[in-house]
Amino acid sequence: MATVTTPTARPTGAELEEALDDGITRVRVNGVDRELAIDPDTPLLWALRDELRLTGTKYGCGIAQCGACTVMMDGQTIRSCVTPISAADGGIVTTIEAIDSPEAKAVQEAWVAIDVPQCGYCQSGQVMSATALLTENRKPTDIDIDNAMAGNVCRCATYVRIRQAIHDAAKKLEA
Amino acid sequence: MIFSRTAFKSAVATIVALTLFGAASTYAQDAETLRPASEIEAIGDERERSLAAYEEVAKVVTHPRCMNCHPRDSSPRQGMDMAMHQPPVVRGVDDFGAPAMRCATCHGNENVSYVGSEGSIPGHDPWHVAPLSMGWIGLSKGAICEQLKDPERNGDRTMAEIHEHMAEDGLVGWAWNPGEGREPAPGTQDVFGQLTKLWIDNGAHCPTS
Repeated sequence: MATVTTPTARPTGAELEEALDDGITRVRVNGVDRELAIDPDTPLLWALRDELRLTGTKYGCGIAQCGACTVMMDGQTIRSCVTPISAADGGIVTTIEAIDSPEAKAVQEAWVAIDVPQCGYCQSGQVMSATALLTENRKPTDIDIDNAMAGNVCRCATYVRIRQAIHDAAKKLEA
Repeated sequence: MIFSRTAFKSAVATIVALTLFGAASTYAQDAETLRPASEIEAIGDERERSLAAYEEVAKVVTHPRCMNCHPRDSSPRQGMDMAMHQPPVVRGVDDFGAPAMRCATCHGNENVSYVGSEGSIPGHDPWHVAPLSMGWIGLSKGAICEQLKDPERNGDRTMAEIHEHMAEDGLVGWAWNPGEGREPAPGTQDVFGQLTKLWIDNGAHCPTS
């Protein structure tokens, strides 16, 4: 069961140790502190989808091969299907529902402009990875894009459009 | 004593089977285990002692659990067949992956068993490929040996630091705790460390091939 608390300063030192030992997973998701009393081996993906009802993050393969479950944790992309909720204890998670940085907005606008999504199933993961790339590298080359996006599989094979949209988003950010 | 034809055939078959499978079993044991340092210490000649110790060290460093993350190109390998990593990944500028596709994007702080299917995704903190200068794939045992001794290709380590790395480093130690569905490196890290020390203490000699 998940409960919501008002965001506070993150615990440190002995306070953090105590917090980690009580069987409750505390994680800040999309700016809201959550307490999750679930099996610590539960994948973060299922905590997000089933406990917190954040269904934008998708289940694809369950073995970190497709990227559909990509979220940000502590500023880095992770595959939530192979991340036990215990590994997120004390962490800060951002999902597709809440990304709102300039890079994210540029990616989303570029996605819409050239109709990147086809069936759409993989798109939340694609957008998360593309946003992370542009956050680190504002002018990616084709190779940079391929390296960053290699773990995000699209069953509609819209890879050419994905690459174009990332270039378009980069140009918009540059302007 | 008179043997029936059937009994004779059975005896021959038994001998053949013992020979074949016995030999196979011995080979498998040699490949999967390490000779203890105490056994090698009994070798009289110092150079031979060092070479014998390195032969055991090489069983570990050439095992896919170690080689897979010591590529001489940009991509780690995976599995006992040392296949290209899937999904495709690159070492990046710091050997921790590319932006948005870091090693830690998939590999957490510890091995994680898959939910709903067999196998696991390996993990350790940190998780990364060895620097390009420390690439081993495709090199002979002798060439890897020389590389281990060369500060320009061993991370600027002294031989004492090489021993420490082999004997105590956590990521090296992962090779003996690789998670569900993976064969561990031969022996144990403790024995591997002892053999590395024995190799070094007796001159760190290298085989020619």
